[in-house]
Amino acid sequence: MSDTSVQAGMDDIESPEGLTKAIAAGAASARASGNLDPQQFVSFTVGAEEYGIDIMQVREIKGWTEVTLLPNQPPHMRGVMNLRGVIVPIYDMRARFGQGMTEATATHVVIIVQVHDKTVGILVDAVSDILTVRNDQISPIPEVEYSENARFLEGMVTMNERMVAVMSLAKLIRNDALEFTDLTADAA
Amino acid sequence: MAQFDQFKQTFFEESDELLLDSAGRASDLDPNDYDIEELHALFRAVHTIKAGAGAFKFTELAGFTHKFETLLDRLRDGTLTLDQTCADLIVRGLDIVSDYVDAAKNGIAPATDQADAALADINAVLDPDGAAAAPASQPVVKDAAKAEGGAKTYKIRFEPGRQLFQFANEPLLFIRELKTFGHLTVDVDASALPAIDQIEAEDSYLSWQFTLVTERSAADIADVFEFVVDDATIEIEEVTAGRVGDTAERPRDPLVVESATAGAHPVALPVETQKGAPARGTPGEGGEKSNVTSIRVDLDRIDRLVNMVGELVITQAMITQQARDVAGKGRSQQTQAEEELAGHTRELQDAVMAIRMQPVKSVFMRMPRLVRDLSRKLNKNVNLVMKGEQTEVDKTIIEELADPLTHMVRNSLDHGIETPEQRRAAGKPEVAEIILSAEHRHGRIVIQAMDDGRGIDRDRVRSKAIEKGLIAADSNPSDEEIDNLIFAPGFSTAAEVTDVSGRGVGMDVVRTKIQNLGGRVIVQSRPGEGTRFVLTLPLTLAVLDGMVVSVGSEEYIIPLTSIIETVRPATKDIRRIDANFDTFAMRGEHLRLIYLSRVFNVRGAITDPSKGLVVVVDTEAAGRVGIVVDELLGQQQVVLKSIDENYRSVEGVSGATILGSGRVSLILDLDGLSEMRSFAPLPVDDADDTETDTDTELNGVETDSDTDPNAAHIAAAATETFEMGAKA
Repeated sequence: MSDTSVQAGMDDIESPEGLTKAIAAGAASARASGNLDPQQFVSFTVGAEEYGIDIMQVREIKGWTEVTLLPNQPPHMRGVMNLRGVIVPIYDMRARFGQGMTEATATHVVIIVQVHDKTVGILVDAVSDILTVRNDQISPIPEVEYSENARFLEGMVTMNERMVAVMSLAKLIRNDALEFTDLTADAA
Repeated sequence: MAQFDQFKQTFFEESDELLLDSAGRASDLDPNDYDIEELHALFRAVHTIKAGAGAFKFTELAGFTHKFETLLDRLRDGTLTLDQTCADLIVRGLDIVSDYVDAAKNGIAPATDQADAALADINAVLDPDGAAAAPASQPVVKDAAKAEGGAKTYKIRFEPGRQLFQFANEPLLFIRELKTFGHLTVDVDASALPAIDQIEAEDSYLSWQFTLVTERSAADIADVFEFVVDDATIEIEEVTAGRVGDTAERPRDPLVVESATAGAHPVALPVETQKGAPARGTPGEGGEKSNVTSIRVDLDRIDRLVNMVGELVITQAMITQQARDVAGKGRSQQTQAEEELAGHTRELQDAVMAIRMQPVKSVFMRMPRLVRDLSRKLNKNVNLVMKGEQTEVDKTIIEELADPLTHMVRNSLDHGIETPEQRRAAGKPEVAEIILSAEHRHGRIVIQAMDDGRGIDRDRVRSKAIEKGLIAADSNPSDEEIDNLIFAPGFSTAAEVTDVSGRGVGMDVVRTKIQNLGGRVIVQSRPGEGTRFVLTLPLTLAVLDGMVVSVGSEEYIIPLTSIIETVRPATKDIRRIDANFDTFAMRGEHLRLIYLSRVFNVRGAITDPSKGLVVVVDTEAAGRVGIVVDELLGQQQVVLKSIDENYRSVEGVSGATILGSGRVSLILDLDGLSEMRSFAPLPVDDADDTETDTDTELNGVETDSDTDPNAAHIAAAATETFEMGAKA
């Protein structure tokens, strides 16, 4: 099933500001339609994988800038950034998914999202598309293979022969201590 | 109805304030030495709550306050003498009113048993000869001296001040009430009324002369005007029956006016009037009367103001920074302007912060009630002493203090304080003491809750901790470490969960809450002698004076108020005690050294104190310690930003700020730091270490992430476990 629609012209948008605008427009239309079905997702790449998150949670896209390291935190916690006067923590998704730290450069991208009333940033390689997906187009994750990440993945979508894993940020970032669910507990 | 709810909200807020104020007055009431003004104030408070209760149909509250007010009324006019029984009844009555108000707030039906008991006692006092029934609505005619019976004629002059309406008074209501007293003739004086184009819609220009024929006393009449006595001139004069004429020749009877400054003696008329001048201006400076000119402001608005001033401070720092970067050009002029700007900004900030400062009294005042209730429940005899209630603290902190204080006091009463029998057996005075104190120290507020109970039962705590897996069975923690176990999540030694302290959520929630505010709480205990909790909190949440220091490639802020001095110790003064403990000597004292480079795992920092700097600071928990840094970068006023808001609290860090460069810098939590342990092993020789790229390093443990992606996480897991162990 590959009639998930793609926002036209996403490839042409280079700058974070442009991306933010496109996403804001997408979110606005999602809100207008009541955001039930179909849903809109922002997809991004980390290494060879592609993931999608609910567009309604995305606030803006920023280029990677220097962060201030917080001492004694898990490695995927890169540090904090100043977002117009608000302190925002930045999580390295590559590290989070067990592929080592991102060697961040100016071309890397931080997606600012809002989860559980908190504003956080996730560091990814690039933002790819805005997808419109119907609920029936999301297939469940086969349990066996993805047991590690299955807890926060809600399903898979096939799009133009690519597979996008639909992610629940709310499950990825647990509410109580804003702690990532413990990967190491499951590590084989 | 939503509109109505808004008024209800105001009623609740006002009632809370009145009850808080009244609680203070009632607890100070000493039958042998009291000021009648206190009784008047208590009466007015209850009366006001009664009025609101009636309006919103809170029937139990209205009914109780009605009777309560009667008691207070009789006490203040002298027909009933204030003795200890009455004083205690007043305290009880206020507790009940408070309960009823709370029930009304939550929309639930209140428990009436306590109220019924109190009502019975009140009746016993009011009517000791048994005939309990009193007519519900009419207050008792009290003026015994004038109770000859028969109608009297009064001439009443009522001249309201211009501001009358702005204090929510309506003359029509007074007139109506007077009418119920008997036969009323009304003469209005509109001479002060200006032309219609000059009228201020909210001002009062009319005054009245009434002639009232009634059996009621002058005191009753004065009561009608009770609530406008500050905003108006009121003269009440009895004229002989039938003679309603010019009062000029009659000797005035000044008895009846209810004045704010009343003692038992009759007082002259309130003085605000300038004869003939229509302007009345603000109501009475009646001497003792606490006529606080204040306004109620939405806290959100103040928060906005505080935030904006905070941003102003940051911007001002940026300007200063940029000016520094523009080397040379027109420098001296800029410097002066910068200085003035900095001065004005600082003043503005102080002024704005002062708006939100409030005495801790408001939160302390909830404690006596708590102690009373719990002592009764637990059959313990406790005297609560409070000191330093006027110490001021930011309002947002005050709200957050209530729960922690409650938990600490409950903890004391439940676990610490012994029963009277136990105390007698231990040779202690039967009445236990809890002391609550607040004071300013080193730019922070320090609140202590001490009891003279049995102290922490360390054996019990230890065994419970082992049972819960918090410590190993064979471990040997120090006394201090055992004491701190009470802050562990889920900890509780109460045999069953009672609603007092047993649930075990108390102390760890206290610690978390205080830490989230940027403060800390420690406990000290001596078996058999007592326990002491010490809470420290920043005075304001928003701004602090900081010293920027560099450690490797990182910059941190040390609160200026904690800095004692900065030194560069000589090598010979530095002593290594063991792998994790260095000290240096300063004027005969040996102070512990804290290496930020180790505790925070910063690479490339100076690790030899004799080549860097030691900032000597004062901590609440560990006394004086020396923080090893690379250099001092300068003093700066910084705006505190919360890390908690979007992340969580970080050990050793009390908050963050944004420097003039736009960069985020962490503000050190000195007490927290002094309790952290360093994670990385002692570096053997850091001199060659120039590696600062944090991408391939994780918490000081180097990994080659290209070849072994798992190494990162194994290292992280190791660190995390270590962290947990250190926290326990």
